[in-house]
Amino acid sequence: MHPIRKQRLVLVSLMVVLSSVAIGLVAFALRDNINLFYPPADVIAGKAPTDRTIRLGGMVVEGSIERSETELDTTFWVTDYEGSVAVRYSGILPDLFAEGEGVVAEGMLDAAGTLVATQVLAKHDENYMPPEVAAALEGKTAPAERTALP
Amino acid sequence: MIPELGHVALIIAFVLAMGLAVVPLWGTMRHDIAAMNMAPSLALGVTVFVGMAFALLATSFLQDDFSVAVVAANSNSLLPPIFKFSALWGNHEGSLLLWVLILSGWMTAVAYFSRGLPLEMVARVLSVMGMIAVGFLAFSLLTSNPFERLLPNTPLDGNDLNPLLQDPGLIIHPPLLYMGYVGLSVPFAFAIAALLGGRLDASWARWSRPWTNVAWGFLSLGIMLGSWWAYYELGWGGWWFWDPVENASFMPWLMGTALVHSLAATEKRGVFRSWTVLLAIFAFSLSLLGTFLVRSGVLTSVHAFASDPERGLFILIFLALVVGGSLLLYALRAPSVASRVSYTGVSRESLLMVNNLVFTVATIVVLLGTLFPLVMDAFSLGKYSVGPPYFNAVFVPLMALVMPFMTAGPLSRWREDSAKRWLHELLMPGVGVLVVALVLASLGRDGFNIWIALAVLLAGWVALGVIKDLWRRIASAPDGELKWRRLTPSFMGMTLAHLGFAAVVLGAVVVTQGNQERDLRMAVGDVEELGGYRFELLRLGQQAGPNYLAEQAVFEVTRDGQIIAGLVPEKRRYFASGQIMTEAAIDASLWRDLYIALGEPIGEDAWAVRLQYKPMVRWLWLGSLMIGLGALVTALDRRYRSQAVRKPVPTSGVAGLAG
Repeated sequence: MHPIRKQRLVLVSLMVVLSSVAIGLVAFALRDNINLFYPPADVIAGKAPTDRTIRLGGMVVEGSIERSETELDTTFWVTDYEGSVAVRYSGILPDLFAEGEGVVAEGMLDAAGTLVATQVLAKHDENYMPPEVAAALEGKTAPAERTALP
Repeated sequence: MIPELGHVALIIAFVLAMGLAVVPLWGTMRHDIAAMNMAPSLALGVTVFVGMAFALLATSFLQDDFSVAVVAANSNSLLPPIFKFSALWGNHEGSLLLWVLILSGWMTAVAYFSRGLPLEMVARVLSVMGMIAVGFLAFSLLTSNPFERLLPNTPLDGNDLNPLLQDPGLIIHPPLLYMGYVGLSVPFAFAIAALLGGRLDASWARWSRPWTNVAWGFLSLGIMLGSWWAYYELGWGGWWFWDPVENASFMPWLMGTALVHSLAATEKRGVFRSWTVLLAIFAFSLSLLGTFLVRSGVLTSVHAFASDPERGLFILIFLALVVGGSLLLYALRAPSVASRVSYTGVSRESLLMVNNLVFTVATIVVLLGTLFPLVMDAFSLGKYSVGPPYFNAVFVPLMALVMPFMTAGPLSRWREDSAKRWLHELLMPGVGVLVVALVLASLGRDGFNIWIALAVLLAGWVALGVIKDLWRRIASAPDGELKWRRLTPSFMGMTLAHLGFAAVVLGAVVVTQGNQERDLRMAVGDVEELGGYRFELLRLGQQAGPNYLAEQAVFEVTRDGQIIAGLVPEKRRYFASGQIMTEAAIDASLWRDLYIALGEPIGEDAWAVRLQYKPMVRWLWLGSLMIGLGALVTALDRRYRSQAVRKPVPTSGVAGLAG
């Protein structure tokens, strides 16, 4: 074969092999590793899957944080003012995690509808709100009786 | 008065940049030497006035002029002076000014160091950079004026700088990162200038190459510092989160890696010319995309300063213009004549091509993962997040794929080589590395670890090729004398960078596999064992800082009865914002880090504590440092200085083949 043609053949086959590997990897990785975001109202309405990791976002309900005296377990409620979901987390919470502030929790729902979180993300500074949380809260007001724990 | 002067300086810089974007380019079309000769002075003018604006804004910060909006929002009278200064770029408006300042610095450097290049080339390059400066100065002036005043409602004191950013890492991380980000505009400008002039030859590649290497080196250093900062400042002990904003800087780096290697082939052999131009366009486009992602507030990140749709739109339009315009130009002007330089499947060219393919694919998969949530959201298909497992699953195999080729790369010959020679050179050392890898990986506490074995194998394999090549260079003289002078800066830089890459891979895998972490409640007197070390909480205390009050926990770390370190992690409360910050305590060494961070207090005398044992985590940053410095060293090579000749030098018959 002519050297240049041979060269092209090698190049093209390399590209084909590599892109198929890449596409395979991407498809495989995307299947299991993307998490969908749900506001609390959707979780209560049963729209969130219970067999895979989800992200839950909203505001931490005032007065709902309960810390264990002896362990690192914490439970709190997250609300979007239309519903609240309990979150259980064992570990160290971020510095800016606080009542009445925005939060995103990642984990799986258990049978009782509590989110068992593997990761809790809070905002990074005073003025900042995670976009998902901001969108979830948009247009929803916070009447006092609805923020109360169910 | 000072802010107004700054604003005026910025406007003058904008006008000068417009001149720079138009006049020299017009000169190249009309062959007007005077117009082309104006380019360096205009570039210098832009730099002087942007520098003035920057200095004046810095003055406002240092003088606590809270009538200036960005100062009021990001500084505080209690802030130590050095942080008042770095607060300048701890916000959207100021960091944009830094962006422009660094861009103009690069322009001036190009003007100064390219005096030996053909006048038309210099004029085109500087004009293209002038256009970029126009875009960003307009962005700054129209949507994010750093000199906006809060009059008459001037606050008495400022809101303070985000405590996360009150750290020495922030003083140098953004400037270094921007040096890299913005520096990629230089190879971009060279590529566009070459397309405009229709000259795409080896001398073009040789002019562009040192700039590319330097920019890429700075980008490496900037990313390294960011990772290091996140490690000690965020209190989780992680060093890479695949956060969209990290990806925003990582994608230009990946593309830049391909570009640096492709340029080598173009310079030495005249191959991959169109491809190299395309890479230069993409690398800079990705750094613009990064700017868009970070500045538009579409992302959830520590770097997302402001969510202002107007700003996002501006950058998106600018991005579309740059990418669209340069691709159009590429389509019209890319060399139509295929390269007549041939090479065989077994040659250095092929190996460089493997590098290019892998790094391009890596860029694409990272891009996919980064943009996927944005695209889904834009089409209202749900709010997704793509986490580290995706990136690890696609990225790690790609890196593992490229490493076996990295060994043969430096050893191989241009044009034609033989697999038999590679085998001869590398068989015995390869077997040696394999044995070492198997032995080392079995020594761990938990028995044989396949991932560590693979990492040692691949990293050792890369290091080996590099060292063998080094030895071959200095020892191959027949009289047995060591020829140190054969080690050119470009070779030394490559060696250093490849060794650094091996170190990063090894560090990344070992710390991921061998990391030990425990979150627990500890009271005074409690003792915990981790990684063979004994952590004892001695006492709790308080300590006042200049603008915060810290709760401290004093730990003593011992091993076999010997004191290793006293570690004092803190929980700080900043006065101005009331924000709480974790300050981790780290005992660092080459082989392991011990890391303690405080959570929240539990009960009266106890704290939630995170203890971590992180083996070889330093190798990550040490390796990245080697990569960055290696890239900078290559630019010192003498052959780049010999470009101080008016006429382009035809190199080994390649220039004659220019399309």
